[in-house]
Amino acid sequence: MASATDPAGGGSLYAAAPTIYARAVQGYYARLRWLMVLITQGVFYGTPWLVMDGHQAVLFDIASRRFQLFGLALWPQDFILLTGLLVACALSLFLFTAVAGRLWCGFACPQTVYTSLFMWLEQITEGSWTARRKLDAGHWNLNKWARKSAKHALWGMLALWTGISFVGYFTPIRNLVPSLLARQAGGWETFWVLFYGFATYGNAGWMREQVCKYMCPYARFQGVMMDADTMTVSYDPVRGEPRGGRSRQSSDHGLGDCIDCHLCVQVCPTGIDIRQGLQIECLNCGLCVDACNSMMRRQGSPTGLIRYTSERLLARAAPSCPGCASNGAPVCGTVACPAPHPLLRRRVLLYTGLLLVVVSALGGVLLTRVPVRLDVMRDRAVMERDTPDGSLENVYRLQVLNMSHHARQFEVHVSGVPGVRLGSGVHRLAVPALSSAQLAVDVDADLDALTQSRSLIVLSVQATDDARVQAYSKTQFFAGLGRQFSSTRSHSP
Amino acid sequence: MSPFTSGFWNIWITALTLGGIVFCLFLLRMMSRRLPALDPNSATGHVWDGDLQELNHPLPRWWLIMFYLSIAFGLGYLSLFPGLGDWEGLLHWTSRGQYASEQAAAEATLNPVLQKYAAMDLLQVAQDPVAHEMGQRLFLNHCAQCHGSDGGGQRGFPNLRDQDWLYGGDPVVIEQTILNGRQGQMPAWGNVLGAQGVHEVVNYVRSLSGAAHDATLAAAGKTRFDMLCAACHGPEGKGNQAIGAPNLTDKTWLYGGSEQDITQTVTFGRHGQMPAHKERLGAGKVHLLAAYVYGLSH
Repeated sequence: MASATDPAGGGSLYAAAPTIYARAVQGYYARLRWLMVLITQGVFYGTPWLVMDGHQAVLFDIASRRFQLFGLALWPQDFILLTGLLVACALSLFLFTAVAGRLWCGFACPQTVYTSLFMWLEQITEGSWTARRKLDAGHWNLNKWARKSAKHALWGMLALWTGISFVGYFTPIRNLVPSLLARQAGGWETFWVLFYGFATYGNAGWMREQVCKYMCPYARFQGVMMDADTMTVSYDPVRGEPRGGRSRQSSDHGLGDCIDCHLCVQVCPTGIDIRQGLQIECLNCGLCVDACNSMMRRQGSPTGLIRYTSERLLARAAPSCPGCASNGAPVCGTVACPAPHPLLRRRVLLYTGLLLVVVSALGGVLLTRVPVRLDVMRDRAVMERDTPDGSLENVYRLQVLNMSHHARQFEVHVSGVPGVRLGSGVHRLAVPALSSAQLAVDVDADLDALTQSRSLIVLSVQATDDARVQAYSKTQFFAGLGRQFSSTRSHSP
Repeated sequence: MSPFTSGFWNIWITALTLGGIVFCLFLLRMMSRRLPALDPNSATGHVWDGDLQELNHPLPRWWLIMFYLSIAFGLGYLSLFPGLGDWEGLLHWTSRGQYASEQAAAEATLNPVLQKYAAMDLLQVAQDPVAHEMGQRLFLNHCAQCHGSDGGGQRGFPNLRDQDWLYGGDPVVIEQTILNGRQGQMPAWGNVLGAQGVHEVVNYVRSLSGAAHDATLAAAGKTRFDMLCAACHGPEGKGNQAIGAPNLTDKTWLYGGSEQDITQTVTFGRHGQMPAHKERLGAGKVHLLAAYVYGLSH
């Protein structure tokens, strides 16, 4: 066991997470990240404001159990579509990760995107990374108070707006904003605006890379989707090592291209040193590539000391690579060479194929979707009844769901047994748009036409304005209670 | 009141719960005290896939704080809500109390509507589309089990859609039937009449509605009918709504109109029961139901 008087002050299973002061960087990948921030946030903040036919175009109406997606109304009965969508999302994630590592993490994940936005606000109010570090270390004077308050006020506003936009997907945003301003919003709406806003503020303002390192499950299992051909942000040790500072005058210093300027460490949003190799914290955001390239240009060295490349390509660039035999067979025995085309690998083709299958199935289901549903509930207690004209009658409760955007009339039909027909009463049902209605119908059959105590019949509804809009449901017609049928009669002696 | 037969289990549960929390605290304290300094970049020695290594990074401190916060939350919860044996909690919350308050809230919204309709005449209520919808829902919940979703009834349970009423189809009478229920009693005549006597009466009864019968037997049955059955079903067999005796001259048969069915009815009698709904639903809902049932045949 450990001695309590550890000279180095001791470690612990827990340690305060150090604040990361990431240095701002400019370059190709930084611009790409900002472009992705604009696209993803443009979609996120803008979508709830879109209007189509007088309704909010995208609205997940939980209270009415209905999702509106650009004129398409989805119901809980369409849940299989959501399953398909999630499977497609998962497969595309696998595909992107197999091809180019944590693309999602680096460029599209809300956590990364909001962190970028919050860091931008931080830079506006508190200045560059060195200024921020100095400000945090300094005393609480007026300047520090002012800058910190301004930062948190900006963060708070952005977070609140994010919360409002999020809730705007579930409750009409054009009513939500005025009702929030008038402080008349419902309790749950207010709660979710504040909760989501607080989560944004806390995760993007305070937690940042801690979310990726300790909370995100995807970060933990990404490793299994990568292989030696996955493009990841990598440092080229063959070119870079031995690293070290050097004099500008002499070129004969025996050092590699890495001048050990630590720029790549300073810009890293998760605070790692990419030169130690691929690590679980790496988001694949490419900011260290930008930083290193700018320094290489200044040094007059070729860019790409840190670059997007694969494990295999790095190994092949090393002088220790024995090359391959003239017939293309590998001679090193470590990695199979020659490398396959980065996009024509078995894993990539498999993910692509599966993705295509799921997406086409999803499209097929959507295209062939009929906007009506029929549920038939047979009356449980009423087994059968005799009608005055001597036939048998069963009662069914029909629940008709009109999933389309206009009111419809539906006509009820029955089939399945010779002579089966609808009894007295109404056989037509008007269902308002995006709504359901129910109707009790009697079905009559003659005892002579029945061969067993339970017969399968089919009840169907058909829209009067469009014959293609129809749904059917199978159910049982009961005629039991000690009656004799031709089929049972043949068995008796 | 304690749900247990002895106070021991209350103490047992309390001790187990609090003991568990104390143990968690002890464990956290033990695991977060100072250990020999670890090089954060040293490997644990765990290697996967040949080159995937695990390093000795300590967990962030906020993680530890979250453990303590969960313990604080747990203690707060256990003091506010029942969880420790028979401790009621500072808020005195019970699921029964919550049910009662939700029930009261639901009734507060429903009662004004019911009162509005209670003040209206049943014939007016029957015309009201909202009342019709409410009545239908009530009917499907409380009546359809016996009378069918369409109100068409079944053997032993009257059809509510036709004009044939055992106790009368006036809306006020229908309301009375639902409020107080009905007991329909047909005595057993098997012992009094004997098999032959029943046979004769059945033939006579079938003749009343023009069903196939033996005229000789029916003639013999008429004497017996006048003596025993006419008291309730009337000399012409047209029934008596005051006591719920069915009309035997129509084609509506509550328990079946075949010779076999009627023989069963006469021999062993019948006992029909419509439960009273005054206590179960309250007068306001029954008012809506009566209007709905009346509307089924009008």
